Amino acid sequence: MSIKQKTLDLKQRMQNAIQGGGAKAIEKQVAMGKMTARERILSLLDPNSFHEYDLFVEHAAKDFDMDKKHLPGDGVITGTGTINGFPVCVYAQDFTVAGGSLGLMHARKIGKIMDHAMKLKIPIIGINDSGGARIQEGVNSLAGYGEIFYRNTQASGVIPQISVILGPCAGGAVYSPALTDFVFVVDKISKMFITGPEVIRSVLGEEITMEELGGARVHSEITGNAHFFSESEEECFQKIKKLVSFIPWSNKKKAAPFPKKAPKSKQFRIDNIIPTDPREPYDVRDVIRSVSDDSEFFEVQELYAANMVIGFGRLNGETIGFVANQPLILAGVLDVDSSDKAARFIRFCDAFNIPLVTLVDLPGYLPGIDQEHAGVIRHGAKILYSYSEATVPKVTVILRKAYGGGYIAMCSRHLKADFVFAWPTAEIAVMGPEGAANIIFRHEIMNASNPEETRQRKVDEYKQKFANPYVAAAHGYIDAVIEPAETRKFLLHALEIAVDKDEKSPEKKHGIPPF
Amino acid sequence: MKKRKGKKTENILLNVDDVEYTTLPNKKYQQRKPYTPLNPKVVTSFMPGNIQKVFVKKGQKVKEGSELCILEAMKMKNIILAPEDGVIKRVNIKEGDIVAKHHALIELQ
Repeated sequence: MSIKQKTLDLKQRMQNAIQGGGAKAIEKQVAMGKMTARERILSLLDPNSFHEYDLFVEHAAKDFDMDKKHLPGDGVITGTGTINGFPVCVYAQDFTVAGGSLGLMHARKIGKIMDHAMKLKIPIIGINDSGGARIQEGVNSLAGYGEIFYRNTQASGVIPQISVILGPCAGGAVYSPALTDFVFVVDKISKMFITGPEVIRSVLGEEITMEELGGARVHSEITGNAHFFSESEEECFQKIKKLVSFIPWSNKKKAAPFPKKAPKSKQFRIDNIIPTDPREPYDVRDVIRSVSDDSEFFEVQELYAANMVIGFGRLNGETIGFVANQPLILAGVLDVDSSDKAARFIRFCDAFNIPLVTLVDLPGYLPGIDQEHAGVIRHGAKILYSYSEATVPKVTVILRKAYGGGYIAMCSRHLKADFVFAWPTAEIAVMGPEGAANIIFRHEIMNASNPEETRQRKVDEYKQKFANPYVAAAHGYIDAVIEPAETRKFLLHALEIAVDKDEKSPEKKHGIPPF
Repeated sequence: MKKRKGKKTENILLNVDDVEYTTLPNKKYQQRKPYTPLNPKVVTSFMPGNIQKVFVKKGQKVKEGSELCILEAMKMKNIILAPEDGVIKRVNIKEGDIVAKHHALIELQ
C-alpha cells in the first residue's frame, strides 16, 4: 500500500470509530435530550483545540460473548484541548456505546488521561454519562473504578478536578465525582444515586422517581453533592468555562490575572446595603459585588446551604475566594451544611493559592435538636479547622454582628487571619445583647419591681457598652475600624502587601480534619 | 443577577440567643422533622426490610431477650429481641410485610 492508501485506511478506521454506538444509539441519545459525548467535548473546548487519544482502544473481555462485541473506543473519549486558551485534559463517557458502561479498558483510558493531567499539571474535566459497571467484565470493572478513585485522591489538591454529570451516574460510579472539586449538574439530565428507585421499591416498598431521588435539583439543594446547577448542557459548559477562568492550572501556580476593573459603584452602593438593625436581613452578595472587580461574583453552591455564600470574584485582577454569612437566609447562621460547604471551599482556595476574603454577619450557630443530632459539633469544627490550616492571605471584614463561637469561626484574628477589619456597624460580642443581658442581670431582672422594664434597660446598657467594634479593637483583635466605603481600598492594600506571605505549617504527613 | 426559582417563601423570625431575626427559611429548615423521644416500650425496625416471621401474639408474656420476630434486611436475617420483660400490647406486623426504618413493629405494655 502507498502512503496515500495507508492514510485513507487510517481515515476509514477513524471514521468508523468516531461513530460511537452508531446512528440508532445516537438517535436515542438525542431523544433523551442529550448531546453526544463528542459534541459535548467539542462545545466545551476552544474550536479546533481537541486532540483525541486512544481512539482505537478495545476491550479484551471474553466472557458472555463479549469477544464477539466491538465497542468503539470502549465507550469513552479522552484527549486534551484548551478552554479560553487554558490547557485541560478531558474525558467523556459515551452512552451510545454499551450504555457508557465502565469496563477495564474504558477505565484504563480514563486513568491514562488523569495521569497525563497530573504530569502536565493541568486540570482534568470528566463528563459522566454511564449506566455503571460493565457487568460482563465482572471484577475487572470494579478494579477500573478503584483505579480511578485512587487517582482522584492523589490528584486532590494538586490539579483542579471537575466532574460533569450529563446522564446517569449510579452506584460506585458516583464516588469519582464525589472525590473531585466541583460537580456540575443539569436539570432533568443528571442522575446520581447509590441505589436506584427500583432497588428502593423492591427492598423498601417506597416509591420515588429518579428525579426526586437523585436529580440535579436534589443534589444542588439538599445533598450538596453538586456545585453548579444549569438548565441546559449549553449553560453548563458556559459555567465550566467561567470556572476555569478563575482557578489556576495546578497548586504550583496562581490563577491567571485579569485586567483590573472598578466595581459598578452606581448599581452596588456599599453605604446603602446593610440595615443597621442587626435583626434585619439583606443580601450579602451585594456587598461582595460592591467591592469585587466589575462587580462580578461567581457563586459556588448557590442553592445549597444558602445561609453561607461562597464563590469567586476578583480584586485588582486577582482571583479571590469569598466566604460570607448570608443574613437573608436563616439569619446567616452556621449549621451543619453551611459549615461543611464553607470548609471545603476554604480548603480548595488554600490548596490552589487563592486568597480568602471573609465577610462576617452572623448571630451564631443554629439552635435545634436536629442540628445537634446531625453532628453540628463535628461539622462546625470543619470550618475552624480549614481556616486555621489555610496559609493563603486571609482578610476578614466584620460587617455587623459577630457573636460568640460564630465570631471565632469566621476567620477571626485568633485563627490567624492576616487582617481583620470592622465596619462601625460591627457588634463583636460574646452573644447578642438580649441573651447576654438575660444571663448577666438575671437576678436583678427577676427581683425588680418591673422586670420587663429592667430587662429592657439592661439590654440597652449592654448594647451601649458592648454592641460595637471598639471593645474588640481595644484588645487588638480588630486591626482597623473602617468606613464601608473604604472596604475595597483596604482589601486591595492588604492583598497587595500579603503577596509574598510565607507561613509554614508544622511538619506533618497530613492533619486529621473532622471529616 | 440570578433569579431564584420556585415558590416565594415568606420571612420567618429565627430566635438565636433571645434575639429574633427576620430571615427566609431554606428548604431543609422547612422540611425538618420534630423530634420524638425514644419509647422503650415500642420495638422499631432499626433498618428497612421485610418481616419473615412473627413469634409472638397479643397478650403474650415475654422476657427480656425473647425472640419477637425476624426482620430480613440487606440479605441478613435479624432476630428482633424483646428489650425488657412485659406483655405484648400490640403486634403491628404480619409475615411478609415490608417495613420502613423506624417502623413500630411490636408494642409492649
